[in-house]
Amino acid sequence: MDKLTLDKIDDFLRGTAFLGTGGGGNPYVGGLMLRQELEKGFEPKLIKADEVDDDDLILPIANMGAPTVLVEKLPNAKSAVKALRKMEELMGKKAKALIAAEAGGINGTLPFIVSAYTGLPVIDADGMGRAFPELQMCTFGVYGVNCSPVIVRDEKDNEMVVNAENNHASEMFARVICMQMGTKSEICLYPMTGKQMKETSVHHTVTLAYEIGKSIGDARVKGTDPLEGIVDYFKNSFDKRFCKLLFQGKVTDLLRETTDGWARGEVKITSLTDPNDSILVKLQNEFLIALKDGKPLAMVPDLICLVDLENAEPITAEDVRYGQRVNVIGVSTPPNMRTKAALDTFGPVPFKVYDKFIPIEEIK
Amino acid sequence: MQIGVDVGGTNTDGVILSEGKVLVSEKTTTTEDVGDGVFNIIKTVLTKGNISPDKISSVMIGTTHFTNALVERKKLQKIAAIRLSLPAADSLEQMIGWPSDLIDNINPIKYFAKGGYEVDGREISKLDKDEIKKITEEIANKNYKNIAINSVYSPLNSEMELEANEIIKNIIPDANISLSHSIGKVGLIERENATIINAALANLAVDIVESFKNALKKLNIDAPLYISQNDGTLMRPDKVKQYPVLTFACGPTNSMRGAAYLSGIQDSIIVDIGGTTSDVGYIKAGFPRQSAIATDVGGVRTNFRMPDIISIGLGGGSLIRDNGNKVGPDSVGYRLTEKALVFGGETLTATDIAVKHYDLDIGDKSLLNNLDESTVKNAKKEITRLLEDAVDKMKTSAENVPAVFVGGGTILNKENLNGISELVIPDNFAVANAVGAALGQVSGEVDRVFHYEKLGREKTIEQASNEAKQLAKEAGAKESSIEINEINENPLAYLPGKSVRLQIKAIGDLENY
Repeated sequence: MDKLTLDKIDDFLRGTAFLGTGGGGNPYVGGLMLRQELEKGFEPKLIKADEVDDDDLILPIANMGAPTVLVEKLPNAKSAVKALRKMEELMGKKAKALIAAEAGGINGTLPFIVSAYTGLPVIDADGMGRAFPELQMCTFGVYGVNCSPVIVRDEKDNEMVVNAENNHASEMFARVICMQMGTKSEICLYPMTGKQMKETSVHHTVTLAYEIGKSIGDARVKGTDPLEGIVDYFKNSFDKRFCKLLFQGKVTDLLRETTDGWARGEVKITSLTDPNDSILVKLQNEFLIALKDGKPLAMVPDLICLVDLENAEPITAEDVRYGQRVNVIGVSTPPNMRTKAALDTFGPVPFKVYDKFIPIEEIK
Repeated sequence: MQIGVDVGGTNTDGVILSEGKVLVSEKTTTTEDVGDGVFNIIKTVLTKGNISPDKISSVMIGTTHFTNALVERKKLQKIAAIRLSLPAADSLEQMIGWPSDLIDNINPIKYFAKGGYEVDGREISKLDKDEIKKITEEIANKNYKNIAINSVYSPLNSEMELEANEIIKNIIPDANISLSHSIGKVGLIERENATIINAALANLAVDIVESFKNALKKLNIDAPLYISQNDGTLMRPDKVKQYPVLTFACGPTNSMRGAAYLSGIQDSIIVDIGGTTSDVGYIKAGFPRQSAIATDVGGVRTNFRMPDIISIGLGGGSLIRDNGNKVGPDSVGYRLTEKALVFGGETLTATDIAVKHYDLDIGDKSLLNNLDESTVKNAKKEITRLLEDAVDKMKTSAENVPAVFVGGGTILNKENLNGISELVIPDNFAVANAVGAALGQVSGEVDRVFHYEKLGREKTIEQASNEAKQLAKEAGAKESSIEINEINENPLAYLPGKSVRLQIKAIGDLENY
């Protein structure tokens, strides 16, 4: 894919929801905004990471806040563009390309909307390869890019620049500002060179999102099983991901609570054929670990995705409901998301769901 | 005694209930003029039961008329839409993603103005009265009367919408104004869509409600009139005039509620088999389980409270093909009595299979003498499979649950199915929806963000529950009958103070029930 066109948008959005692994916000609103731009005739240009020069300025752009607020206040494209311009001013040079900080959920679409306003190309890569809830949980930061300065701004042109001692501190201070802005801010962060981007990002994730969505869409059109479409896709995909059906069943219990500002919860999924056979999926905004009889089937940062049993539509954590029939799919993540440094930032230990990371392909 | 009427796309059904029992029931064909149809059916049941109009204590009508008006793009008004949000929430215009023929039909003019709230209750910006006046004058000049107002986070605070409403009323006294906080939940776009649809239906709502009232007048019925809402509770006619959109999806809700009532089972699967489709839903405590997923109506995304149902292409008129191995999803529909073999037609339908299999006294059985046994067997097996699949999808646990079968197509299956503990076909199964309409309960609902940190969880829920009960009372419920029907807690991630969106619904019987 080298251009995101109207005919590709549904597949792309479905793929970003899949990569959201339950979090990242429902891409519906971002999808409408993108469609609005594309219908005006604009075609955002997608470029490969190696198409930029090593000393080009590359800027990630995102929405920060609660997904529930985004559906009420809506992402603001003009504010996002101004965040970008402010960062250019601070860096003393013009950006050459945009990149998604987070490929999953609503933030997968925002760079394309900003691209429609600025004409800047979007790089086929991101900093999470999925969705994560905090700014420091990003491969850019894991491999040495400074999260600060972070431009945090809103539609009223309140604009703050966070310069913090480390990436975790950037998250803490930006979060407080974001809440003051109504729990929704446009942010520009992790300013980096083309070289840094090439070395630290998760590559091809825009194409990945589109192709995942397309594998589901194509199966529906052909009348074949969309689950097989997904599994086959990953088996033959360009970066050879490991993918398997972890479980098939019906949501039979659902626990949600807020602790320390997080939406935590557990989803129990019970087999359609054997009532004593069930798994537990734990979530903290995103699905973090799937357990069967206390033993893990897959864990963060590997992807755990719930999709509708019939049509394979990805289900966000807030949309999970009792009685839903689902397939639980696990997908491996690329090597740069599984190094010690990466796991120390967004592995099972910092999320406190398991004492060590076990790759999905090593779990029987 | 209560009269229940269901005005569907094809049939208009009526029942008279007395002390909870069905005295009389009747099915007629829906007429072009909805008021005439209601007049006819009520007259028919009164005559049939030899009941004097002064014995009637209330009349409840469920109608799909407003849904159909939207789907068929008929009798919709041109609308003006105002969003109170600036400088926020202006990145998507009103009615983005709507079908273009519908947009052309209601020919909207769109405005953005200052206003709206943050999630924590602060104002995004103050409402600018002069700005609203200016917009209203423009609307008046263009001779638009139907206006939809939507403020950011109106479900948390309705003040600005009410204030704007006052200003507009002063300038355009006969305006039909729809306010989003009364219609939808959190989700700006979906709520706004519903509000705009509501505004476009406002004139039709007045006509329909008046025609219902006139029908009752002509019949000398002095009893109060109620109209079904999508959640199975009732509204007064004046509220329907203001909020016709809240009647959407009342059809399946009524049939499920009616089925639960007729069977006396409060927790069960409900299967409503019609002529073309079967709706399968789940009743909990006598009320349909609500869908959590955004629903499309007439191609427009909304967040109405809709019953969680699945529709499958199986009904009395379903076409049988492939030696019985393929059933539906297409159907001869309302032309069953001319097309089906058993009625002298030339099309093999699911009804023919049922008549042959169960040896029913429907139509002329002898016309089925040449029907191949294996076709009947295969088709029966396929019908069972379709029903079992649908039932299984609606279940919340692997345990077998009772299932209540209603609707005209109930003849298709009489045996117990896999996954069902007991198959119940109640008396008056064919008019379950009219019974559902007659069931007369009203509700009060609270849906806001609360902070548990202040009062603790228990106390907060208790307070919100009391508020919901008070709202139910205001809607006409008998105080002693009011109970809490539903509590949903949705924690808001990232927010301090243990913020939770609480949705609490209280329901109760009508005073005169």
